[in-house]
Amino acid sequence: MPTSNLDPASLISMYRRMRLIRRFEERTAELIDAGDIRAHAHLYIGEEAVAVGVSAALETRDITTSTHRGHGHILAKGGDPMRMFAELMGREDGYNRGRGGSMHIADVGLGIFGANGIVGAGAPMACGAARMFKNRGEPHVAVPFFGDGAMNQGVLLESLNIAAIWDLPVVFVCENNQYAITSPISEMSRGSLADRAAAFGLEAETVDGMDVAAVHEAATRAVARARAGEGASFLECRTYRFEAHNTALRAMDLTYRSAEEIQSWRERDPLTLAAERLDAEDGWASGDRVAMDAEVDGEIEDAITQARDSAIPSADTALDHMYARTYPGFPAGVSE
Amino acid sequence: MSRELSFAEAMNEALTQEMAVDDSIVIFGENIRGQGRGELRGLQDTFGDDRVIDLPISEAAMTGIATGAALAGARPVIHYQVSSLIFPAFDQLVDQAAKLPLMLGGQAHVAATYLIMGAGASGGRAGQHSDNPYPYLIHAGIKTVMPSTPSDAKGLLATAIREDDPVAFFVPVRLTAMRGPVAENPYVIPLAQGEVKRNGRDVTVVATGHLVGDAIATAEVLSKDGIDVEVWDPRSLLPLDRAGLAATVRKTGRVVLFDDSHRSCGYAAELSGIIAENCFRDLKAPIKRVTRADVTIPFGQAIEAEVLPDPARLEQAIRAVAAWE
Repeated sequence: MPTSNLDPASLISMYRRMRLIRRFEERTAELIDAGDIRAHAHLYIGEEAVAVGVSAALETRDITTSTHRGHGHILAKGGDPMRMFAELMGREDGYNRGRGGSMHIADVGLGIFGANGIVGAGAPMACGAARMFKNRGEPHVAVPFFGDGAMNQGVLLESLNIAAIWDLPVVFVCENNQYAITSPISEMSRGSLADRAAAFGLEAETVDGMDVAAVHEAATRAVARARAGEGASFLECRTYRFEAHNTALRAMDLTYRSAEEIQSWRERDPLTLAAERLDAEDGWASGDRVAMDAEVDGEIEDAITQARDSAIPSADTALDHMYARTYPGFPAGVSE
Repeated sequence: MSRELSFAEAMNEALTQEMAVDDSIVIFGENIRGQGRGELRGLQDTFGDDRVIDLPISEAAMTGIATGAALAGARPVIHYQVSSLIFPAFDQLVDQAAKLPLMLGGQAHVAATYLIMGAGASGGRAGQHSDNPYPYLIHAGIKTVMPSTPSDAKGLLATAIREDDPVAFFVPVRLTAMRGPVAENPYVIPLAQGEVKRNGRDVTVVATGHLVGDAIATAEVLSKDGIDVEVWDPRSLLPLDRAGLAATVRKTGRVVLFDDSHRSCGYAAELSGIIAENCFRDLKAPIKRVTRADVTIPFGQAIEAEVLPDPARLEQAIRAVAAWE
């Protein structure tokens, strides 16, 4: 059972947010199977404690960048499930007006610069925002989320270096779920990921990514350091994805992870760990886990219902939004 | 307008004037202290190292940092010391900055200017320092300009900086030191506005970058033989001044495309398609292209010259098109 100084009210709020992500992802998989979402998605199930523990340490003006597995990061920072479902369904009320889909959901107004289909690509953008915060004397922090696979991507390593030499207010959050798609980290990297970040001159620590309180405590320390102008940090959160790399790969029956291994991580389900502690401390303010789950599930169903009612973008708007300013004949269409 | 500046000095003046009135403009570059051409001279002293920011040799991160800065409200100018340095940054240019606005459904735009120095061959810079990679960026939908005079450089750079979308600004290596008249006050030259650089009746040469000057010189030679050549410079490669292009084609009915990017899927190929689709009845002769050959630029003097578009082969092409019955 996790132990921390986290007060029950905060832990309830984090449990609720984790449950929201879990249910969002479960229903996303079902909507994909039913053909209501006409695309595949990378589910965040199992990794909820990372996004929620980190985001609970952030303010609205802080910014995040995310990954191909981005739904959790967006919901954790306050993203609206209705606008996310609408985006997955390709509707006008979607965050990106149906132009982005699962791998590009963003809410720039909420400081969510967006999911990204290219591994590691968000990290330099977070550094650029952080440099502007620092230039302007603003107290905001930038948090790029990325996986263990991104630790072998050049642009991420360049970003670690620049964040270090500029003392940027950045907290790099590495979600080490042990597999780059199907490739185990033990075959893809030598040494610890946190040591690698430390070698660039960053404050680096490894934390139990299944324990939302532990993630939150580490993130709070790193964010405080960033706000105080003391420079960039790196958190390696040891976590696990319970499902396949994405919904398309579910059917492939791949054997790169043993059933025993998956089961051992499922026994450390971040929602269960948080709920057990709330049970033990009689921490649920009113009702219990069952009541809270039902409340969250209702919220998700309402979001899906509203999203289904949203308009589908009309074909004559297909060239919109690429440019702030267009010109005669530009952008060009399919034929003259 | 008698004052003369070099191409690089005209760029420096545009940067200085724009940065003085807009605090959100920041420059990102490598080796800032070592830039000998002059386009960045004095800017760090004038505006400080928080606005003229020196980076490690990390083109991909530099480009992504600029995108993040733009999303956080800045108008970044990113300085690439030589044109091939966009290749290490390719994902951040074509898959991130160029695509984000549409993928975000218009939530944000990326007001970045990519200052791409040293474009093209200048003799002996070999395979990795002689590229003219604008077709790659145009293909990715990045607005692209390539001025041919110091005056155009100043006005187009001001426009590129003020535009709310990514704009690539290519600086032909052979023009960096070119001198010409430049007005002192700030001014802009709009995108999608080409210019007739020499009036003529018989054949249109559409020329880009450093080839504009070569085309004008060739036209003077041919005028002695009674061939009156019009030289039209698109200046803004994307978006293109389609009306201006159609007007010059309609006027002469004979076209030579003179461009120093690759022949296959290069800029002249695109112009050729546009003219064929839109100006078919105006044409009195087949379109001819004089372009860079489809090979890596070789090092040695004669073999380098062989693969680049030059006045001699332009002259042959113009004579052939003019003589077509």
